[in-house]
Amino acid sequence: MVRDRVAEFSVEYVQALDEEGNLDETVAPDVSEDRLLELYRLMRLSRRVDERAVALQRRGELGTYAPGIGQEAAQVGSAVALKPEGWMVPSFREGAAFLTRGTPIHRLLWYSMGMEEGAEVSGATFPPSIPVGSQALHAAGLGWAQEITGADEAALAYFGDGATSQGDVYEAMNVAGVLDAHCVFLCQNNQWAISVPRRGQSRAETLAQKAVAAGIEGVQVDGNDVLGVLAVTRDALDSAREGDPVLIEALTYRRSMHTTSDDPRVYRTDEEEAEWERRDPIERFETYLRDEGLLDDERVAAIGEEIEDVIADEIDRAKEGQRQVVPAEMFDYVFAETPPELRRQRAAFESERSRASEEVSDDG
Amino acid sequence: MANELRLVEAIREALADEMARDDSVVVYGEDVGVNGGVFRATRDLYEEFPDQVYDTPLAESAILGLGVGLGAYGLVPVAEIQFASFAFQGFHQLHQHASRMRSRTRGALSVPMTVRTPYGGGIRALELHSESYEAGYAHVPGLKTVVPSNPADAKGLLTAAIRDPDPVLFLEPTKRYRASREPVPEDDHTVPLGEAAVVREGSDVTVVAWGAMLAETLDAAAASDASAEVIDLRTVSPMDSEAILNSVRKTGRCVVVHEAPRTGGLAAEIIARINDDALYHLEAPVERVTGYDVPFPMFAREDAYRPDAERIRRGIERALSA
Ligand SMILES: Cc1ncc(C[n+]2csc(CCOP(=O)(O)OP(=O)(O)O)c2C)c(N)n1
Repeated sequence: MVRDRVAEFSVEYVQALDEEGNLDETVAPDVSEDRLLELYRLMRLSRRVDERAVALQRRGELGTYAPGIGQEAAQVGSAVALKPEGWMVPSFREGAAFLTRGTPIHRLLWYSMGMEEGAEVSGATFPPSIPVGSQALHAAGLGWAQEITGADEAALAYFGDGATSQGDVYEAMNVAGVLDAHCVFLCQNNQWAISVPRRGQSRAETLAQKAVAAGIEGVQVDGNDVLGVLAVTRDALDSAREGDPVLIEALTYRRSMHTTSDDPRVYRTDEEEAEWERRDPIERFETYLRDEGLLDDERVAAIGEEIEDVIADEIDRAKEGQRQVVPAEMFDYVFAETPPELRRQRAAFESERSRASEEVSDDG
Repeated sequence: MANELRLVEAIREALADEMARDDSVVVYGEDVGVNGGVFRATRDLYEEFPDQVYDTPLAESAILGLGVGLGAYGLVPVAEIQFASFAFQGFHQLHQHASRMRSRTRGALSVPMTVRTPYGGGIRALELHSESYEAGYAHVPGLKTVVPSNPADAKGLLTAAIRDPDPVLFLEPTKRYRASREPVPEDDHTVPLGEAAVVREGSDVTVVAWGAMLAETLDAAAASDASAEVIDLRTVSPMDSEAILNSVRKTGRCVVVHEAPRTGGLAAEIIARINDDALYHLEAPVERVTGYDVPFPMFAREDAYRPDAERIRRGIERALSA
């Protein structure tokens, strides 16, 4: 039997800012000082929104919530690389990416208050995808549309390590490759899919290499390094706009629970959590910015206060909207034009509710 | 002997008993092992039965497709799909392979798989965690679809499903998982698939319900001035038509309740069967109390969507006043 080597592959790993906050100038992206501070602010804002949301959920004011604590660099660094015309196709943990795209906080809170109002998107943005992985194909479709129409744009799809086990994610990468779709797939490998560790998803050494079978480029980046993620995503989007899709595996960690219904103590150790606390994306970036003279104690505190004020206002606004929910609106957006049977159901719904409320007032 | 158990605990007990009885029973799915399932239906089973309980990658198509292979090989697969909406990711395996293996091969191969999955609304869950799609499964020939409404039935029906030689989809009403503790027989307990239960006797009107809607229906029956006979369908496919027809022949009136959308829902099928075989016993058109033809809303609007005892009581009144 003759065995010839017909193909060889390798996977690169990129890091700009190391765990101590030292920058590798050869990898660092070109970013203005204002932009650097904006990245810092967005990461801190996202962290505080998540912390407040978890607390609100504990008080019964929000439904199930999926915090992205620990993943701020992966999300902010990638979302900021996408132009406003580029499409964002998120999963369900992309609060930080939404904030980076300018989505108001009260809208994120509405979503967690169980209101369709919270999934009302604007601009080139998809709503959260609750089924794991299926949204990757939508990004491929958007990216293909950009190829067909000759648009100088690209789509950015988010998914987790667990999602890479879904057929849809492989199909998305494969069709994107065949169709020259303008598409970047960003896998946030946060090491856990609920209770199943990364190794429980695939025997493959890296998730980035899943690109190989689809014939597209795959690359790993330190997902807790906001500048590295920004640099890699920028490159990938440039490539995607030319019709060469890319899979990025951002190595990060979900520091809190999977969702507020989950208890990570059942399946992971304190040591592991401490190890990743040490690699926290915000602290490392703050160290760097202080070293550069862009931040000092005073500035750090001022940003913190400004963030608290914004969040407090937005929570008020979310609660105000919640008080105004109109139940019958569930009938209104099912079709562009409501068919007769659905109009009939809506009318029956309204009359039954008004009769019920009359009876209540009769009793009282 | 009976234990006081919640529905989710009764399910766990059925799984444990069946794995202990038969070591070819294999329980597997996302987070069912170390984590004990997101609803804790498989709590500690992984420690107790290390060779029979497995966490799988996050892939429903794989989970259901694996079951076809495991089952054809001679094992007894009991798969968990974390939430019913994500069975769609593997629906083709149920529809195109599991349900028709026996008929395609004239009995040479079969798939004795049980697929357990929580379904239905009322627990303030996320989007796509509240759907009721039992009518869609009932539309798949060769697939049995079972919905328990109380802990004892949950144990008995699940045990029967696992022992059944054909594929069974077992829909667990999430809202009832922890709703009450009720006596559950401790030893071997089966409830035959395909048999409805008359859970409340009455003479004026028959009310048919299943799953989470049963509790609402019993509340409605208690609140109504009429003497309502309540039937728990338990297996929605194959359906126990006789139980419904016998009751309707006695009462002459009927209300069917389901949480799923109205159009194409199982109420329509039940009404068709009544028309076929008990039309002349009817004194009034059969009423439906159902969800609406809209995507199951997020939880700020779910109470407006789900039939409750009050809506069901009004349905009963309509059936009586016609
Ligand atoms: C198709 C599908 N299957 C199962 C689930 C339930 N579920 C929600 S999130 C999740 C784990 C996702 O893990 P990963 O893709 O790594 O993303 P992460 O949650 O870690 O961000 C599971 C199993 C779902 N939402 N969709």
